[in-house]
Amino acid sequence: MTKELLTTGLVTTGPPPLVFGPLSRTDIVRYQGASGDMNPLHHDEIFARAAGYDAPLAIGMLGAGLLATYAADWLGADNIRRFRIRFMAQVWPGDTLTCDGTLVREYEGPDGPLADVELACKRQTGEIAVRVWATFAREN
Amino acid sequence: MANSAAVGTTGEAFIMPIERGKIMEFAAATRSRNPAYWEQERPPVPPTFLTTQMFWQEWAGEGANPWHAVELNQKRGMHAEQEYIFHGPPPQAGTTLTGQSRIADVYQKEGRRGGTLTFAVMITEFRDESGRLVAEARLTGVETAQVPGESV
Repeated sequence: MTKELLTTGLVTTGPPPLVFGPLSRTDIVRYQGASGDMNPLHHDEIFARAAGYDAPLAIGMLGAGLLATYAADWLGADNIRRFRIRFMAQVWPGDTLTCDGTLVREYEGPDGPLADVELACKRQTGEIAVRVWATFAREN
Repeated sequence: MANSAAVGTTGEAFIMPIERGKIMEFAAATRSRNPAYWEQERPPVPPTFLTTQMFWQEWAGEGANPWHAVELNQKRGMHAEQEYIFHGPPPQAGTTLTGQSRIADVYQKEGRRGGTLTFAVMITEFRDESGRLVAEARLTGVETAQVPGESV
């Protein structure tokens, strides 16, 4: 398969999507506590309104963390080498997030075979909330 | 308005012990049931776990976090990108990392919907007990021309 991908540039779909939701305020607070990012924008109604939002919005890194869960289950927790995240759209409590990805490239790195994957975390509207470009080591 | 003079500001080094319980808590919060995190005595860190640097950096004191020097307007500031690079397998529980952050860049771009966007980049290097560079985190923040929640 490695050789085929190298020569034809085939795109291979990852495992079935990880679906998470509807997202609760508690899910957001649990993530904030675990991560140490206590930005009040994501749980404090008064603060969020003063900042111009109707209500506290979800934290982007939670969507990124769900993509990390999906990718580590797929390609191996010990194999992560690079994980680049771009935040595309806001996520709100009540949203259902769907995470999936595709394998885009397999190649030889300086310390062994590597695989590049592209991951997306989508809202129930189909809008992409978080995009990730990741590199994993492949077992020889 | 972000302060472009912040480029080059380097924080004091901070200690970040990698702990099994914290990894399990993080796995639970990101809905992971992967046995690599739950069943090993020395689990590896999940791909986005190094975000917990914020906790250690905050408790190490003001001097550990050079992000303050950027002076990004909190009401118009957003997390734009985040990247983690691992130079080999991810660090495992039981390791004590030493982190150090620096402001690598502050730059401006015209937004697609008009208005100037100001980006700021902070790079954090993580070294193990032997001084080997094991991971890097690259945070990109953006300050928009309008309050993000405001309709234009």
